[in-house]
Amino acid sequence: MAGSAVPRIGVLALQGDVREHLAVLTRLGAAAVPVRRPDELAAVDGLVIPGGESSVMDKLTRLFGMREPLREAIAAGLPVYGTCAGLIMLADRLADGISGQQTLGGLDITARRNAFGSQLDSFETDLAVPDLGPEPVHAVFIRAPLVDEVGMGARALATLADGRVVAVAQGALIATSFHPEVTGDTRFHELLLTRVAERAGRTAAAS
Amino acid sequence: MMTDTTSTGSTGSTRVKRGLAEMLKGGVIMDVVTAEQARIAEDAGAVAVMALERVPADIRAQGGVARMSDPDLIDDIIASVSIPVMAKARIGHFVEAQVLQELGVDYVDESEVLSPADYVNHIDKWNFTVPFVCGATHLGEALRRITEGAAMIRSKGEAGTGDVSEATKHIRTITAEINRLSSMTKDELYVAAKELQSPYELVAEVAATGKLPVVLFTAGGVATPADAAMMMQLGADGVFVGSGIFKSGNPAERAAAIVKATAFHDDPAVIAEASRGLGEAMVGINVADLPAPHRLSERGW
Repeated sequence: MAGSAVPRIGVLALQGDVREHLAVLTRLGAAAVPVRRPDELAAVDGLVIPGGESSVMDKLTRLFGMREPLREAIAAGLPVYGTCAGLIMLADRLADGISGQQTLGGLDITARRNAFGSQLDSFETDLAVPDLGPEPVHAVFIRAPLVDEVGMGARALATLADGRVVAVAQGALIATSFHPEVTGDTRFHELLLTRVAERAGRTAAAS
Repeated sequence: MMTDTTSTGSTGSTRVKRGLAEMLKGGVIMDVVTAEQARIAEDAGAVAVMALERVPADIRAQGGVARMSDPDLIDDIIASVSIPVMAKARIGHFVEAQVLQELGVDYVDESEVLSPADYVNHIDKWNFTVPFVCGATHLGEALRRITEGAAMIRSKGEAGTGDVSEATKHIRTITAEINRLSSMTKDELYVAAKELQSPYELVAEVAATGKLPVVLFTAGGVATPADAAMMMQLGADGVFVGSGIFKSGNPAERAAAIVKATAFHDDPAVIAEASRGLGEAMVGINVADLPAPHRLSERGW
């Protein structure tokens, strides 16, 4: 629980590249655990929503009673990092979802699903992310979403050369259109752990 | 052409090709033959659809040469859903694969379910921007497909039967062979590479990591939520369901039930609940009753 020496970080494990995120978090010294149930969610200090198919994750979070606990945890300040489908799940507004698709929300952004086209348009490129230091992030975009609009509450962390936004942050939430977990760049996950430590520090100070 | 994975702004790299399959993990890929079926699959929680003209059960029943689908059908299916769309090319038919890439499918399945176009060579899959999934019955076959550029492997099973026994055999064979490699010394690995008829470097990589370098799904005969969950418990990263959904009494409910059972494959309570009230499963054929020339899994080598 919050405040313990080794942070316990969950990876939402309903569908997607759960294994890769668990491996990065373990490498960083966190206790990384898959999360599929409300009681498992209640036991983590931070959460990753992985890459995958956002329409499937939405359906399964609703079917298995995870939607409201996730929304409540986000509203209560749980640090969460979403990649690709995870960015879509964290967006307040969604363009091009399947009929009836819902998001969890939390980030004051509009996400556009499959914004680059089909798999033939999937690509990798080097990306400047000033918050993470001068070294660029090698970013892998796989049928990736884009951030169409960044609202007043959220802040862009990275843009493509043409100015389109592909990474955002707001409070304890971080989201990227791309997949640092498949390249071995651990800096976004370290940022999540920083958010977790900040929250633990605040909780300790308040008690 | 195999694209440099470190250059900037590159499409069609190995990482991007294998990456899409990584994102499909824990999901169900469903065979569909119409745009309407594709929408039902998407609504039920499919992670991708496989567009084809006839499901394997009908290919088996009707006989004749089975080929790539009509481009109009594939266009219709691509236009009707927003999840990834895969489509099948015949083994060795690199021009069907070129056409499928031109149509903009997200993955090409070089599939034994269609009639092979070449009984010697598989497609050189490094020549494409679109990624490929290929079938395998054992580890050597999987490694040869990966050597040719496959970015995802599915164990073959016996398509169009609704009999899961071959799927079980193939996933068990592949995982057992990987486990055996992991326990070998380096001198033994040279012999293993010879016996697997696969490059030593790839064999050594699998031995070191204890898994294939690409995602491994299971296919061929999965018809029920319990079938899907068993494949997952046996080590599959996800499942393909072919005839099992749209040859059953209630496709939408069965599809959704298989999605649930795949995600919660280690939770018998969820699988029990998902298995209730689904109506008729596909009738099915026992693989043991199939004469050898009609066994699709023996196509490809």
